[in-house]
Amino acid sequence: MTLFSKTATELQQLLHNREVSVKEITEDAFSRIADVEGDVQAFLTVTEQEAKAQADQLDNVPLEQRGPLFGLPIGIKDNIITNGTKTTCGSKMLEDFVPVYDATVVERVKEAGMVTLGKLNMDEFAMGSTTEHSAFQVTRNPWNLDCVPGGSSGGSAAAVASGEALFSLGTDTGGSVRQPAAFCGVVGMKPTYGRVSRYGLVAFASSLDQIGPLTRNVEDNAMLLSAIAGNDHHDFSSASKEVPDYRKALTGDIKGLKVAVPKEFLGQGVDEAVKASVREALKVLESLGAVIEEVDLPHAKYGAPTYYVIACGEASSNLARFDGIRYGYRPEGVKNLEELYFRSRSEGFGPEVKKRILYGTYALSANQYEEVYVKAQKVRSLISKDFADLFQKYDVIVGPTSATTAYKLGETVFDPLTLYANDILTVPVNLAGVPAISVPCGVSEGLPIGLQIIGDHFEEGLLYKVAHAFEQATDFKAGTPLVGEGQNR
Amino acid sequence: MTHQFTKDDVFYYANFARIAFSDEEAEQYAEMLSELDKFAERFEEVDTTHVEPMTHPLHQINVLREDVPTEILDRDDMLASVKEHEDGMIKVPNILS
Repeated sequence: MTLFSKTATELQQLLHNREVSVKEITEDAFSRIADVEGDVQAFLTVTEQEAKAQADQLDNVPLEQRGPLFGLPIGIKDNIITNGTKTTCGSKMLEDFVPVYDATVVERVKEAGMVTLGKLNMDEFAMGSTTEHSAFQVTRNPWNLDCVPGGSSGGSAAAVASGEALFSLGTDTGGSVRQPAAFCGVVGMKPTYGRVSRYGLVAFASSLDQIGPLTRNVEDNAMLLSAIAGNDHHDFSSASKEVPDYRKALTGDIKGLKVAVPKEFLGQGVDEAVKASVREALKVLESLGAVIEEVDLPHAKYGAPTYYVIACGEASSNLARFDGIRYGYRPEGVKNLEELYFRSRSEGFGPEVKKRILYGTYALSANQYEEVYVKAQKVRSLISKDFADLFQKYDVIVGPTSATTAYKLGETVFDPLTLYANDILTVPVNLAGVPAISVPCGVSEGLPIGLQIIGDHFEEGLLYKVAHAFEQATDFKAGTPLVGEGQNR
Repeated sequence: MTHQFTKDDVFYYANFARIAFSDEEAEQYAEMLSELDKFAERFEEVDTTHVEPMTHPLHQINVLREDVPTEILDRDDMLASVKEHEDGMIKVPNILS
């Protein structure tokens, strides 16, 4: 049996008609993992035994008690904690860390009856754009195994694109759900800051981090966000707003929708093939009745430096808790407390994390605080205001998700500024805290291209509506796995 | 405004961050940090006079939990991830050596 190319709705129908059991779906997922994981390497931990036991129990639940996600398989990024299952953050620092409770999002997917398959690879502490910064393994892009899957949720995107998981959860601090979604040809949503609880997410940059779903089509994505979103008394920054059933937004009707396209999003540095695909996508939206206008997002170009100062500052503070004392990596043979701190952190963290901690320590130091950190916060205000001004006149902002398609493995490791420049398209969204979705909109030289649709705070429903209308009008949905047996196209 | 980091700068900030570097590593990190800070040069173009710093993406009022007892995690479970412990307490090396 091969179920990996089916959508959640199709599987749900099969379950409802008792044509397939949860156990069979789960076994099918692990069979797909066995087939392709050697090539893709998306998983850091596979929880096969637990998943099969969970599936057995779920098969006993009466049909009338089952929701839309019941019995469907999901993978979890390894910075989201899972009770009894190792959570490493892709770091030697947490190599043996087994949490004793579930993150709120994990609780919610379990309450929805989803089957958790395991933990997905990522750049160490979510710092990076390629998943090459994991301390354990390099995940490969299912479309071309010589290419990166993007980062830092590269494992989450690759697992969905390759058909190893129907759903996954990633985290997006500066584009880490959307950029890998674009590179792997899947749908990735970065919800409004506060829409999804961060309780149980290992913090990188607390004012930017947000958990988001990755799926192979828009409807599946909408269903998963409906399940995980909402206020949580464990996270006081989570919004106390009612969560709609996002599937109801998928009407296909976008007539009269006002779309802003910032000049900055299609400017220098963006690959010609990416520009061409996005322009084609705009024509599709126009043919569906949307009104497209070119606009300015004048402070977007300062997004990347603003992001690095703020993210590194917050990271240097958040990662201070890893000191080798309570849990995590602890070196052998230390003589005193001072040596314990230094050796734990020096041996436990990888180079990218050390660099960001150092830069954050510098930005927050007494000498630099006003000139660097506060200045960045002021620029953040201007970026946020740019978005607010545009949303007075337009419903959504559209552009590419990434300036290029997936890079070759190792290609940009020694050129960090190229990676940073790519962040210009995605990081302003995190700085403003608005939601954005990436949907596949084309392929160039065998690699997918992502279309980014950005909305005002808490307008995820509108984003799903636009993304779904686009998806229905085109032929780019559902990432086509090129690895393993049983390709679906 | 951009800072050209030296090896000594790296040692200075690394000391606050409790990370040790060899001389050779410090040279490499000085270069990386200088590159990163060059990026922030662009801030010089932005007039931020009369702009309020933005510390949080949403204008929310902080909420405090009611002061009522709740269930806590099991101590033995929590200590399972601790490297060394004794009688329910975490063991650390001597502070004074």
